[in-house]
Amino acid sequence: MKEVVTIDARGIFYRELNAKLREAVSNGTQRIELRNVYGQRYIGTDLDKPVEIDIFGTPGNDLGAFMDSPRIIVHGNAQDGCGNTMNSGEIIIHGHAGDILGLSARGGKIFVREDVGYRAGIHMKEYQDKRPIVVIGGTAQDFFGEYMAGGVLILLGLNLEEGEGHKANFIGTGMHGGAIYIRGEIQEFQLGKEVGIAELDETDYSVLKERVGEFASHFGYDADQILKYKFTKLFPLYLRPYGRLYAY
Amino acid sequence: MKTYLPPKFIVERDDYRCIRCEVCVNQCTFDVHSYDTEDDEIRSCEENCVGCHRCVVFCPTTALTIRRNPLDYRENYNWRPEVIEDIIKQSETGGVLLTGMGNDKSYRIYWDHLVLNASQVTNPSIDPLREPMELTTYLGQKPDRVEFGSLGLKTDLAPQVRLELPVMFSAMSYGAVSLNVQESLARAATGMGTLWNTGEGGLHPKLYKYGANTIVQVASGRFGVHPEYLDAARVVEIKIGQGAKPGIGGHLPGEKVSAEVSSTRMIPEGTDALSPAPQHDIYSIEDLAQLVYALKEATNYSKPVAVKIAAVHNSAAIASGMVRAGADIVVLDGLRGSTGAAPKIIRDNVGIPIELALASVDDRLRKEGIRNRASVVIAGGIRNSGDVAKAIALGADAIYIGTAALVALGCTTCQQCHTGKCAWGICTTDPWLTKRVNPDIGARRLSNLLRGWSLELKDILGGMGINAVESLRGNRLNLRGVGLSDTELEILGVRMAGS
Repeated sequence: MKEVVTIDARGIFYRELNAKLREAVSNGTQRIELRNVYGQRYIGTDLDKPVEIDIFGTPGNDLGAFMDSPRIIVHGNAQDGCGNTMNSGEIIIHGHAGDILGLSARGGKIFVREDVGYRAGIHMKEYQDKRPIVVIGGTAQDFFGEYMAGGVLILLGLNLEEGEGHKANFIGTGMHGGAIYIRGEIQEFQLGKEVGIAELDETDYSVLKERVGEFASHFGYDADQILKYKFTKLFPLYLRPYGRLYAY
Repeated sequence: MKTYLPPKFIVERDDYRCIRCEVCVNQCTFDVHSYDTEDDEIRSCEENCVGCHRCVVFCPTTALTIRRNPLDYRENYNWRPEVIEDIIKQSETGGVLLTGMGNDKSYRIYWDHLVLNASQVTNPSIDPLREPMELTTYLGQKPDRVEFGSLGLKTDLAPQVRLELPVMFSAMSYGAVSLNVQESLARAATGMGTLWNTGEGGLHPKLYKYGANTIVQVASGRFGVHPEYLDAARVVEIKIGQGAKPGIGGHLPGEKVSAEVSSTRMIPEGTDALSPAPQHDIYSIEDLAQLVYALKEATNYSKPVAVKIAAVHNSAAIASGMVRAGADIVVLDGLRGSTGAAPKIIRDNVGIPIELALASVDDRLRKEGIRNRASVVIAGGIRNSGDVAKAIALGADAIYIGTAALVALGCTTCQQCHTGKCAWGICTTDPWLTKRVNPDIGARRLSNLLRGWSLELKDILGGMGINAVESLRGNRLNLRGVGLSDTELEILGVRMAGS
């Protein structure tokens, strides 16, 4: 049993790489360093132990798909489908992430230092103590939080210039659960018609304090500095956005 | 608003036979019957009757008859009563017409135009009562070639699922049907050596013990999908589409999301469970491959991954893509596939008949030399073992039955599934109603059905002089068409009867 294992992923197909990860984790390895990762998919899938995986390079699509427990730190950018239907665990990305970040996530946490692509947080859901948390340091593309059914989605816009707003449109389209917090300018026309804007209350601030605190500690920011700015809360106007559609 | 809808059924009560026991009053979930204590009379509110015949079956003195209201409007083939009533409903609600069950329109049922062969004189038929007959079917990817070493098979086989008969239970989610129905299906499948399918509604903790006979579904809502769910299953099925509603998503209305349903879907009680129309990680065959392999990775390549689509115009090309995307089982759900709730206009107008889809998919996969790389399973309106035999001869490996299974449990196809008020206790989550299906009896009824079909299939095979279902698979020479056009015969790949 080895505490730390280093794997050179250069030239290895994902199936082989993930088999190696399974083997290492079943041997009781606590920490794995993956070097030279070039687009291998599904890293972190089917490991179901709280192992810590440091990825150097660029992991492929579906990083942490269906993931249960591991903690993944990406020293670089992640691609599409990161945290797809994730159950628990943590993904920390020191860079950008692609489209559909956290698609249908059911739990766990994702922190992205820079920007994310389209449809981040789509159809995240929560149940009892399972509540996915996604914090994005930069900005996001359209359909942010689409179909969202639960969880917390935080967009910080730290890389926006003074006075520059987020560019995403159709934010929260079809949203029917959970909460979105956005720091920085957002105009009403950018929102989906199923979301409302609310002032933050005590509970919201405590959620933000905790999650932005975690974000800041991962990436070396000052949380208080970030939290000084005004945040907007988006919430679902209806729990049942499509209730009155039918004739019987 | 005064409704212009006339009653669809007439309730006739033979007053001489009626003993005022009020069974009909208690059994009806649509509030048709009521007892007037003052006059000691049972009265009927006929406009509520859906024609489910629950009261007729349970009336101890057979005092009840339900008849169709003839609705003798002036004859008009275009403006039929159904058309008129649909317009009335919409003008009174302004909504999308919702319905249940499968397409009830008179599209040609090709099974009824296909006949099977039998041996006469030149080759002997087999008597299945005295000789062994095999219905065993293996689902999963088959290798292009096999190699044998001194110790036997050298080739690594992809995961295979053994079925004792080529009939499985179609996806019906907990929420659409009751837990007692799912338990009946799970127990019958386990007892008979076949599989049942969770649908997109998660797996109730009570049913994990039937995991070895369970297909779990991963659909666009990803409800109740987590590692234990995937691990519990024998097969993981990605649902892209459903025959009753190709191309559209699903809404399980909040009223049906009870505490129990919420615990398997893993969403808060009373919220709508929205399954988006597309899976947002699948916009192409390449994306499908990504999810297929994500699920294979998540289950460590230990179980087949099925992909289910509705049968549509391009099914053959899509199926080819699905196989190339790594699907171990291709599932086609046809025009007559059923649903717990779908817009009527979609159910009745979108998709293609399963017989044509099956024939063209099987043909295409054969021509491309990849038929062995996936099993083909079909669903959508299969009614009896004759349909099963014809489907296998057209190229299917196995058949899903949904409606037939529900009929075994009491369903009379009244098409009220979407109301959640099923008087037979099948398509409802109302605890008072779900008790009407007893899983002990339900499992027995379903097992009986499968046993009956098995015996009949063996008879059919024996008659052809075939002793294994494997030999009928894709054997279209054993089919002939009756009353079909040349184009239909060509697509089905069968010859005209007599030729």
